[in-house]
Amino acid sequence: MGHGSATNGRDSLMSLGKAIGHDYVVALAGNPNTGKSTVFNHLTGMRQHTGNWPGKTVARAEGTFSHGGKRFQLVDLPGTYSLLANSVDEEVARDFVLFGRPDCTVVVCDATVLERNLHLALQIMEITDRVVVCANLIDEADRKRIALEARALERELGVPVVPTAARRGQGLEHLVEHIHSVASGAEKLKPLRAELDPAVEKAVNEISEDLLSVAPGLPCPRWIALRLLEGDERIEKAVMNGELASLYEPAGNGSKATRSRTASQEAVAWADP
Amino acid sequence: MGRSVTPQGIVQRAHALRDELGAGVHERIAESLYATATRVAQAGVSVKGKPRVDWDLLADRILTSRMFGFPIMIAGLAVILWLTIAGANAPSAAIFSVLFWLHDKMAAGMTAIGAPWWLTGFLINGVYRGLAWVVSVMLPPMAIFFPIFTLLEDVGYLPRVAFNLDRAFRWCGGHGKQSLTMGMGFGCNAAGVTACRIIDSPRERLIAILTNNFMLCNGRWPTIIMVATVFVAASFSAVWSSVVATAAVGGVTLLGVVATFLVSRGLSRTVLKGESSHFYLELPPYRRPNVLRVVHRSIVDRTIFVLGRACMTAAPAGGLIWLLGNINVGDASLMAHITTAIDPVGRFFGLDGVILLAFIVALPANEIVVPTMLMAYLARSQMVNMDNMAQIGALLHEHGWTLLTAACLMLFSLLHYPCATTTWTIYRETGSVKWTLWANLMPLTLALIACALVANVARALGA
Repeated sequence: MGHGSATNGRDSLMSLGKAIGHDYVVALAGNPNTGKSTVFNHLTGMRQHTGNWPGKTVARAEGTFSHGGKRFQLVDLPGTYSLLANSVDEEVARDFVLFGRPDCTVVVCDATVLERNLHLALQIMEITDRVVVCANLIDEADRKRIALEARALERELGVPVVPTAARRGQGLEHLVEHIHSVASGAEKLKPLRAELDPAVEKAVNEISEDLLSVAPGLPCPRWIALRLLEGDERIEKAVMNGELASLYEPAGNGSKATRSRTASQEAVAWADP
Repeated sequence: MGRSVTPQGIVQRAHALRDELGAGVHERIAESLYATATRVAQAGVSVKGKPRVDWDLLADRILTSRMFGFPIMIAGLAVILWLTIAGANAPSAAIFSVLFWLHDKMAAGMTAIGAPWWLTGFLINGVYRGLAWVVSVMLPPMAIFFPIFTLLEDVGYLPRVAFNLDRAFRWCGGHGKQSLTMGMGFGCNAAGVTACRIIDSPRERLIAILTNNFMLCNGRWPTIIMVATVFVAASFSAVWSSVVATAAVGGVTLLGVVATFLVSRGLSRTVLKGESSHFYLELPPYRRPNVLRVVHRSIVDRTIFVLGRACMTAAPAGGLIWLLGNINVGDASLMAHITTAIDPVGRFFGLDGVILLAFIVALPANEIVVPTMLMAYLARSQMVNMDNMAQIGALLHEHGWTLLTAACLMLFSLLHYPCATTTWTIYRETGSVKWTLWANLMPLTLALIACALVANVARALGA
């Protein structure tokens, strides 16, 4: 891809604002008011409105940055507490992670209340393997005498955990390195799945197997099975009308370029919910 | 496995399995998620003891207390407005005199190089003068108001306001988060309307959208501040003038909040019936804002942006006003014809023909109401040179302004209708022509009724 030549090959972060064209799509998810927009602004050099109140990002923002000669399109999703699609925000976020198929999804967490924020991270890890957890506001956690042990968390979660203080730009280089290696597939992950009780687990397994026999390439049969068990109408519709299956057609010629374009088209489709 | 699997079959099977599992599948799944999160957090998070004093809690106890919550909010608003008004005075006057000194020089220069009178008139007395008004009247207050407001937003005060106002919103059938959208509306109604997406219930969202107009926006702050300082406050002694101006602007602002409550209640009792829904509002931690970044962001991104928009509309409006004032039909200018024709209508509402014309010309952007008005008066005035702000007051007196005119103008400006950009945003957000019309006609009706009432009652009382 020619457009990587603009960078000088060094492994440093370069903000590109609203530049066109990219190698990877990266989604930025997280609970409201964890500093997603601050991370977004830092990486892309853009100036999305930021403010200390939940629900401030109502529309999705997109920007670009480059790292190690590759371009990344960063999509700032609205802050949500879950991916159960109770509201328009949640639906926008969920649909992007599910159908937009980002190459990497960064879950921005508030380090001062990490446990509560992990609910969303675990839900996203059911949908996609390619997750990086960004434990933001680490400076505030320090002030509250809360200590995070990133290595222990990584071991438990099975995905990279990067402590950051985005307002000071602290830890973001490290975050970008992980985004790069996860998006490119250099770093293979095995995310933790929530342990279900045996009866539910059995039902989920049965449905997952059926799903895989209908759509062999499906990357998150377990998550879809869970939603079907809960009677999620949006997902039921997506299964019935083949929306899910068509997105995950065996990747045969699914080159990076085609996939990225699909993601962008999805992005456009959800720009005005 | 002889059974052939179809998508429909899978969905049906899932339904059957759900029935087998019995009630509460959803809760069981959620519980396992919570348990997993707890386990992970135990492995990697440790708390090294609590800090001695929990300042956040202490601050919340005071800022959201029943006793102090409202007084602190109102006092805070008064302080911000006073800082804006008192602080903007001197820089406004300075910018004004520089820009109008330049105005005279340029006009003289044009004449010296032999430019025809109409070109000088159109470019200098029309377009340039329009721009000069907008910059000198709008720039200083915005450069003070926006950074302060953004600081409050960054610190985390807005959600506390929402918390305080929650009970009021329950009374009027709206959603507690509506106060956050009102806060955004203080900057720009279009942004406020977009922010209404944070309200999930369509009914409550619509109420928030329809009433956002009552929050003074960028375009109307300068109008209200200008009228309050150069006209209302001018009749008091210098010591009291900034206090009086603050009280006037604060009063109009609070009136907007009251209008929001009353109209929300009216709507939720009639066309948008329903109870207010429950919601959880997280009070985020207080954060120390990065002052330099906030100032930079609110000046570069907001002030300059808004000013740019104002200039874009002020320049053509200035030209238009000059043309209207200088194209003669019969024995008078076009402008004289128009303003004379609509003058009785304006008078009935406590305004006059020129003010009405200004509001019509300012449809694309409220920012230019004052400049349009002043240029229209100036075009009919004996006063040719305006070299300081105090003369604005004199100009208004010359055209028959009284305190009643000022009050009605502020009232009309507060209530009237959203600007073109906001109207377009409302259409985009609601996807409905009907509600877009509502969002315009409802406030307009309200504004006309309010002004007519105030004007006629005041006159009857002999004011």
